[in-house]
Amino acid sequence: MSEIFDIYLLEAVLNGLLLGGLLALLSLGLNLVFGVIDVVWICYAELIMCGMYAVYYLYVQYHWPLVLAMLAAIALVALLGWILHQFVIRPVLNAEPINQLLVTGGVLFFLQAAATLVFGIEFKNLGVTLPSVRLGEMSFSAARLVAFGAALGGVVGLWLFLSRSYLGTAIRAISQDRAIMPLMGVDPGRIFALTSALGGGLAGLASCLLVLQYDIHPSIGLSFGPITFLICVLGGLGNMLGGFIAAFIFAQFIAVGGFFFAVEWGYVIAFIFFIAMMFWRPRGILGK
Amino acid sequence: MLAVNKVAAGYGGIPALFDATLEVRAGEAVGVIGPNGAGKTTLLRVISKLIEPTSGTLSFEGASLAGVPAHAIVGRGIAHVPENRRLFPRLTSEENLRMGAYIARGTFAQRLEQVYALFPRLKERRAQVAGTLSGGEQQMCAIARALMSGPKLLLLDEPSAGLAPVVVQSIFELVRKICAEGYTVLIVEQNIRQVLKVVNRAYLLDAGRIVRSGSAQELRAAPEIQKAYLGL
Amino acid sequence: MNYPLHLAILVLLWGYIYTSWSLMGRLGLVSFGHGAFMGIGAYTVVMLWNHFGLSPWLGAIAAFVFSAVVAIVIGWPCFRFRIVGHYFALVTLALSEVTRLIFIAARDHTGGSLGATPNGALVDGTSASLWALQFSSKLPWLLIVTALWLFGLWVWRQVDRSMGRLALQAISEEEEAAASIGIHVTRAKLRITIISALMTCAGGILYAQYQLYVNPDTVSGIAISLQMVFGVIAGGMFVMLGPTVGAAFTLLLAEGLRLAFGNRYPALDATIYGVMLVLFIIYMPKGILGAALEGWKAARRRKAAPA
Ligand SMILES: Nc1ncnc2c1ncn2[C@@H]1O[C@H](COP(=O)(O)OP(=O)(O)OP(=O)(O)O)[C@@H](O)[C@H]1O
Ligand SMILES: [Mg+2]
Repeated sequence: MSEIFDIYLLEAVLNGLLLGGLLALLSLGLNLVFGVIDVVWICYAELIMCGMYAVYYLYVQYHWPLVLAMLAAIALVALLGWILHQFVIRPVLNAEPINQLLVTGGVLFFLQAAATLVFGIEFKNLGVTLPSVRLGEMSFSAARLVAFGAALGGVVGLWLFLSRSYLGTAIRAISQDRAIMPLMGVDPGRIFALTSALGGGLAGLASCLLVLQYDIHPSIGLSFGPITFLICVLGGLGNMLGGFIAAFIFAQFIAVGGFFFAVEWGYVIAFIFFIAMMFWRPRGILGK
Repeated sequence: MLAVNKVAAGYGGIPALFDATLEVRAGEAVGVIGPNGAGKTTLLRVISKLIEPTSGTLSFEGASLAGVPAHAIVGRGIAHVPENRRLFPRLTSEENLRMGAYIARGTFAQRLEQVYALFPRLKERRAQVAGTLSGGEQQMCAIARALMSGPKLLLLDEPSAGLAPVVVQSIFELVRKICAEGYTVLIVEQNIRQVLKVVNRAYLLDAGRIVRSGSAQELRAAPEIQKAYLGL
Repeated sequence: MNYPLHLAILVLLWGYIYTSWSLMGRLGLVSFGHGAFMGIGAYTVVMLWNHFGLSPWLGAIAAFVFSAVVAIVIGWPCFRFRIVGHYFALVTLALSEVTRLIFIAARDHTGGSLGATPNGALVDGTSASLWALQFSSKLPWLLIVTALWLFGLWVWRQVDRSMGRLALQAISEEEEAAASIGIHVTRAKLRITIISALMTCAGGILYAQYQLYVNPDTVSGIAISLQMVFGVIAGGMFVMLGPTVGAAFTLLLAEGLRLAFGNRYPALDATIYGVMLVLFIIYMPKGILGAALEGWKAARRRKAAPA
């Protein structure tokens, strides 16, 4: 009895690891944008929803090859990130910080409602089923493995970009001293817009991976948006490494909690853990 | 090279600079001296367009700077070492230099070599996070960062502020070296005795107005400067 | 007759809930967690009634105790450790999600995401049961929610009176300044939070009893919490009637569009509403009533000036 139990628990732990990769990717774009622009995109998960619909329509309705549909979705969400910054964030950049949070909340409402209006409330499915991978007694969905791999790829790619390129260095620099960026010949507005597009692109990448595993519907954003924010906060808003660690911690709570109880209880435990952590380390696990 | 003509500027409607007129010719080292709050920093910030002048005109190498945004100024050939150095504290010293070369990426390697020849100390500290450099090293790094863009005119805002006397000496030594390399320099200083040894000419700024100008010797000999600023 | 009554009841009830939220919101305590208090109110009362036959009046007491405990457990550390702004909003957001998920997870007792209906008390032609807080006609409801709404405005007034505008401003803007003029900031914030939570909880109870239905998504969670925040922003959170104006505006917009287009465009109202929210926050951050009052004041000043 205990042997079977252990192997299932191990499976849950490993599935949690895979989920952690996905959550880490989800938090990446949000953290990037926050770290640079100091704005939390409450509508981040809704951007991802847009990307999921884009993949769905291009692939299912217009019969694009899946990879091409995904690339187009990434580009589209990057564009959305750019638009969001230029037309919604920029006008309130110097307003009270809470207004910036709220204005993107307005966008959340809009995107969710517009998706209902345009796409209807029924669940949509890509209809692509990747096989499950067996490892001894345990089995894992290939979609999760792909997501995990892509998430790691995204993380490493972003890290290389930020540490090696001029633009990446400027993105790191601007969060340290916004006011003197013009003296370097850098237009801060342009960096903000580019960062937003990059954050959008990461959301787009996340949407490509989510669409392989989950059905699409207009309020799907609400099902993983909150957890994404909490991961970012737990890791320390803007701290990408912290977010990464937090993603794996959360994923374990969900997976192992879901193994012992129902999945919702896994979430409940994770959220309560989050609230408790906030009081212990209000600036995130890696914060001071 | 740089002509500032009757420029006025202020913060939120409160004027800080009135009718400032000054000129910097190619190859010169020019100083701006004056007490705290005189408007020296404001003058440099206007030149690099960090704040827009409320009136007056600026031109550089014969071309007007009206309508040129701040981030395009360095492309025109004006590099600004801001007050308090303002390095990016969590970037390494070399990454700071890389930001300096943001608009001149093609020549980064070559410039880096020149700059390291001038500041061998920075080469040793290249991988150190800028926030942990010593005060003198930070000032070197700030000057080096400005040089990385390959400027024609270098604006220096109080390079000696907050440094120990020995370090002040070496910073002025460096400034002298930079002038000798052929850079045109406009330097703001409160350390009047030292700066007058380095520059060819200087302007005295007080309460937002240029109240005097002349060659370094003239100013050093002027009784009111001797009394008020040199403590003689 | 029933339809306008129904609208009036909803406007007043939501107006009251938004007013409760604004008690905190105008101090800069932007809570995304009020769905939790509404949900606690709604579910506690309905569950106690369904499973133990406990009258909503007694259930309400349990719900109040429960809400107050939650408000303290969340509020005290937040204020103590100066968790403000984004962080406060996101911590409270976690709270509202936790309650929603608990209602879903305890599906054996709560009906999960399908929701639950309070057991009917109106058998054999009785039209009202005060004990069960169920009425078949709308008139008693109108009276109840009007009373509650007036109570909400009265609390707003009392808070203004007892703390003074200056103190309120001081707390919201400058913690140090507030502390230096002798206000115990943590305690003051906590008191407001408890009042706001209890009032929202009461709103949740009445909402559940009026609709005779509870659902995790319509009484708790991030969606309902955001709805409160944005209703308030539309109306204006710094003036007493602002939240009510916001409630009236959003409800009438939704109903107006529904009348105009029927159910052909199910989310048209929310789409327009979303766009308007964005525009409001950018161009009219004081809300409809706030902006109107300001405009009116400015006009009066202009008129007064030449004389
Ligand atoms: N950001 C600002 N906002 C408002 N006023 C400012 C600002 N910066 C400077 N001032 C004011 O403008 C005037 C000139 O300041 P400035 O910094 O140019 O003086 P300074 O000559 O550089 O002084 P110091 O030698 O102390 O650096 C001062 O009265 C100062 O208070
Ligand atoms: Mg100065």
